Amino acid sequence: MRIINHPILGKDERKKKVTIYVDGKPISAIQGEPILAALLAQGIRVNRITKKMKEPRGLYCGIGRCTDCVMIVNGIPNVRTCVTFVEEGMRIETQEGLGQWKNKK
Amino acid sequence: MSLENNGYPDLDEIKNSPGYPKDSRLAKGNCIVIECIQEIPCNPCEVACKFGAIKVGQPITNLPVFDGELCTGCGNCIADCPGQAIFLVNKAYAPEKALVAFPYEFYPLPEKDEIVIATNRSGKEIGKGKVIKVINPKKNDRTPVIYLEVPLELADEVRSMKDLSGKEDKQERE
Amino acid sequence: MEKQKIVKTDIAIIGAGPAGLAAAIESAKTGADVILIDENAKPGGQLFKQIHKFFGSKEHYAKIRGIDIGQKLCNEAKDLGVHLMLNTVAFAIYDDKIIAGMTPNGTILIKAKCIILALGANENTLAFKGWTKPGVIGAGAAQTMINLYRVLPGKRFLMVGSGNVGLIVSYQLLQAGAKVLAVIEAMPKIGGYGVHAAKISRVGIPILTSHTVLEAKGEKEVSSAVICKLDQNFAPIRGKEKEIKVDVICLAVGLTPQTDLARMAGCRFEYINELGGFMPWHDENMETTIPSIYVAGDTAGVEEASTAIDEGRISGIAAASSLTLINKGKAEEKILQIWERLNSLRIGPFGQNRQDAKKSLMKAREN
Repeated sequence: MRIINHPILGKDERKKKVTIYVDGKPISAIQGEPILAALLAQGIRVNRITKKMKEPRGLYCGIGRCTDCVMIVNGIPNVRTCVTFVEEGMRIETQEGLGQWKNKK
Repeated sequence: MSLENNGYPDLDEIKNSPGYPKDSRLAKGNCIVIECIQEIPCNPCEVACKFGAIKVGQPITNLPVFDGELCTGCGNCIADCPGQAIFLVNKAYAPEKALVAFPYEFYPLPEKDEIVIATNRSGKEIGKGKVIKVINPKKNDRTPVIYLEVPLELADEVRSMKDLSGKEDKQERE
Repeated sequence: MEKQKIVKTDIAIIGAGPAGLAAAIESAKTGADVILIDENAKPGGQLFKQIHKFFGSKEHYAKIRGIDIGQKLCNEAKDLGVHLMLNTVAFAIYDDKIIAGMTPNGTILIKAKCIILALGANENTLAFKGWTKPGVIGAGAAQTMINLYRVLPGKRFLMVGSGNVGLIVSYQLLQAGAKVLAVIEAMPKIGGYGVHAAKISRVGIPILTSHTVLEAKGEKEVSSAVICKLDQNFAPIRGKEKEIKVDVICLAVGLTPQTDLARMAGCRFEYINELGGFMPWHDENMETTIPSIYVAGDTAGVEEASTAIDEGRISGIAAASSLTLINKGKAEEKILQIWERLNSLRIGPFGQNRQDAKKSLMKAREN
């Protein structure tokens, strides 16, 4: 859920939008925000599934330290979505376990 | 101490503090009450009052000392208190009615003449109030102050209101 | 093989939060060449999440909102010509005060004459059944999402912890349009300022002391929490469990100084309970046991932004003085003034034990 009007922060004046793809689905995001914020705005709270116990994980520390929010971004796994900013056309996938490298260099 | 155990002060704790005016002064009308009863380093209230009615001195952990005789009820101190612990109480507002002003930093803000649910220090809904005015001047730095008309017997209890998040945020539309 | 290029500077500061910014400002004022490093895309540390008005005195920016103090400090640092290195993770300190940083364009090496570590603090955690479910987050994470990115990570919140962080973030959650069902606190008394508690009490948030959280329930994500009253031994009382419908459980259970680089640099540590645990020893100039390496802010003991700014100033002046960029006597005078200011904050029921803790820390290695 986005905060449109805030008593201290004021109105949300950000205009530039980008489209990102989350598990194939196009989602509108605001330029300048981290991937995780765009997902939370849509109510998406599961970022990855653990390797052994297949449990869901999502936002925990929010500042790039705990790695609970990592997802596969443009084919690269283990990308911390709370400190990685959205880009037009970005492909984001829920990471299963340790993830797979789809774009091998 | 109610403040430490429950999270809100009770009237006795406040009345025993130097920030609270005498009952006789309150009865005269338009007067500030300061509900600051813990020694924390802080003194914007002293700076805010142009009439010298609030004194903190050194060290700045001193509880504010309020002189009701010097208070004109201008309310300038309300928005400046970082702890939102200052209120305006006017017990001579109208027959059987008092005016209570409190800081309120939530959206949506109520509008003039709106009837809202008044809450006491513990958040209990204790009655209804009519919004007389809502001010949010630039010098308040985004701390609006709501002036609420309440039944006189609630003047020492009403310190905020129930949020209006149920209703549509009209401010958004404007 | 190409030799890694080394950038030289007078004073390198790691961490561009309030302490780091203040240190950079004071250093730059003396004419020092200053590099300010931060892993984030923007400077300011936690300041830009503090949308409330600060306490203290005029010198401490009282009644100014944290976000505005942050902007002020950033502008001042910029105007003084501080070199800002953002998106740079300082991951090592080697001998000869060489800092290794990871940037989006590769590794960088910085050789400084003085290093100031202003790394901040890490949030503590609390483990309970179901705590790994999406929906259990740090209070700092909630604050980051709502105040920095204008996004709510849920609608109905339980706040665990009634220190200033728990109380303030609960208030900010209300401002963001969320519902806070309760603040719970394991101790029998509320930990933070009474005025912060009063602000949320009067709008209907109950603060339950002697309570803890037992379980986060929900199929995939948090959909409810089980809380329970505690006895005098902090044991849950059977039969006093209560399930409340929340989709977020926020943990505000304390902070611990962030000190990895200080350890790597060889600084000696002390354990100071009142300041968050293990922290690097420092003297009145904020200098550690390693000459020319200083600490400031939460790295030097968890307190608040106001004390972080003042400690940052001391470290910046002291570092510049050690490089004879400022007259020694003048530096000492300035530092003494700041100590007076700091001591005026560290008094009263909330501050005195921190002042005592700092005094006992500095005494621990007195010659």
